[in-house]
Amino acid sequence: MDWGLLLTQLMNGLQLGLLLFLLASGLTLVFGIMDFINLSHGSFYMIGAYFCGSIVARGGSFLAAVLIALIGMFVVGAVIERVIARRLYRADHLDHVLATFGLILIFDAIVHIVWGPSGMAIPLPSVLDGQVTLGSLVLPTYRLVIISGGLLVAAILSMLVTRSRLGMMIRAGASNRTMVEALGVNIHKLFLVVFAIGATMSGFAGMLIAPITEASIGMGNDIIIIAFVVVIVGGIGSVKGAFYASILIGLIDTLGRSYLDDLLEIFMSLDYAETAAPALSAMLVYILMAVVLAFRPQGLFPPAGIRA
Amino acid sequence: MMAWLPSSNSGRCYCLLLVLLAVAPWIFQWADQPFLLDLLSRGLILAIAATSLNLIMGFGGMVSLGHAAFIGIGAYCVGIPAYYDFYNGWFHLGLTIVVSASFALLAGAVSLRTKGVYFIMITLAFSQMIYFTFVSLEEYGGDDGLVIYLRSEFPDFLTMQGPVALYYWIFATLLLTLFLVHRLIHAHFGRVIVGAKHNEQRLQSLGFDTYRYRLVCYVISGVICGLAGMLLGNFTGFISPEMMSWIRSGELIFMVVMGGSGFLFGPLLGTGAFVFLEQYLPEFMKFLNPSWLEYWHLPFGLLLVLLVLFGKGGIHGMLSKLDSRTRQSGP
Repeated sequence: MDWGLLLTQLMNGLQLGLLLFLLASGLTLVFGIMDFINLSHGSFYMIGAYFCGSIVARGGSFLAAVLIALIGMFVVGAVIERVIARRLYRADHLDHVLATFGLILIFDAIVHIVWGPSGMAIPLPSVLDGQVTLGSLVLPTYRLVIISGGLLVAAILSMLVTRSRLGMMIRAGASNRTMVEALGVNIHKLFLVVFAIGATMSGFAGMLIAPITEASIGMGNDIIIIAFVVVIVGGIGSVKGAFYASILIGLIDTLGRSYLDDLLEIFMSLDYAETAAPALSAMLVYILMAVVLAFRPQGLFPPAGIRA
Repeated sequence: MMAWLPSSNSGRCYCLLLVLLAVAPWIFQWADQPFLLDLLSRGLILAIAATSLNLIMGFGGMVSLGHAAFIGIGAYCVGIPAYYDFYNGWFHLGLTIVVSASFALLAGAVSLRTKGVYFIMITLAFSQMIYFTFVSLEEYGGDDGLVIYLRSEFPDFLTMQGPVALYYWIFATLLLTLFLVHRLIHAHFGRVIVGAKHNEQRLQSLGFDTYRYRLVCYVISGVICGLAGMLLGNFTGFISPEMMSWIRSGELIFMVVMGGSGFLFGPLLGTGAFVFLEQYLPEFMKFLNPSWLEYWHLPFGLLLVLLVLFGKGGIHGMLSKLDSRTRQSGP
């Protein structure tokens, strides 16, 4: 077995997992507290990437671009909450699906109008573009940046949720919204802040990935579905659950794609294994979600007080 | 009386609509507009699929974000035999029914253990599984899809060859579907389904095994949607996994809600509106400004958001409001 390859794949899985966490943590809070299904959460991922890219293209440094774009994302999130999402919290889930599906179309069209149909490459500063040697292992520097950035945000978020007053309200809101309202918390303000933080983190994930994949229209539409898988597997409304589920799903997906064919060869002929492996590895995370939903619908780490 | 229609007035309108659909090929031939027949054929196929979704979603309250998977299954049940030069129509039909029923039974048996949001997500999961299965089947084109060179072969009097013959296949399937759904909903079976949507506990305490009723309903819906896929495969002659992406499932929900969820003719109206918008909105944008052609998703998305915020009941809801208003002010 090639241990170097395994380690690289583990790092890839961790990277995917942390990106998923950035998306899923906001999604799970909005889902858990406002009971709002936001399919267009992936659009924030795309918009973040385009914001960052256009600031870099105007000669800003990458770091400054990220910081400015983060503020931009907070504003975008707050506006969307105020203008559209707020009117929908009381509607049923079908309406959420439809309206946010419409929002996806709107965001994709706006990006198309403002930035054109082709993707936008974001050049990395040379400091981040190199490679780092750790013992016998050579890793791209930027990969480490993504992983440490993701871990940093996860740490800040967990501090925020577990130690701050805002976090207390957020946790209380995820467990029992009516009670929080009854205790006199300004629920509108809380919702606005939670939604905007979610949008900011989703945008941050987009900014991190864009230098690797480039920003493109619809880039959020595939990953948002996996982020939903994370939310369900982790337990709706649980940031801790979203963290563990993201890492789990990131690793399953990455390792499945690289090792499943070897594993299947133990049971079946080479031909069959090579046909079945890609299909099965793409399905693995959805199988996980179906199993979790069928046997433990409240998720692996549901927030306190939630029983499905 | 046809009690399932909102009022006799609109009842007559919908009968007239069906008659118009029956003679449409002649009208289009006379007006020399073969393209319109194509557009209508596509619309009616989608209407069959949307009607099947309406059966579980509108009447049964089971919101599925994965119904497009059945369209894909039906299409590949034509495409894969055709890939091996096997064009027997009865075989295609039988295969579609068996495969979509089995998938619906399997997916439904697991999915229906859950409710609400969880049901939305698990149906999505199953459709993604099917989607990725076909994406990774390199033999059958993978991502790029398959071309179907010939249509399913049926005996002469049932032939699908030629646009008009295929249209009547589609139209007949739609009529059968509407009839079946109407009968189901007004049978004992449908009362249980609709009742379980409103108050499941009450039905369970009356002794109904609602899970079983729902599962049967889900399988029927899946088979109908599979048939729509079989027709779509024959109609387009090109199939790809893209047909079953979750975006397509979202569009199906849109068609049902746009027309009027939980109303027999709702999906037909909604699909009509959808196909019309998809076809003519780009041209309208182009008319406003030639460079706006590609931006038609913007008004389309806005329309969706507005529909949810202000358009309760869809087209059907607005029509019946209009209807009751004119009758109130009438003699």
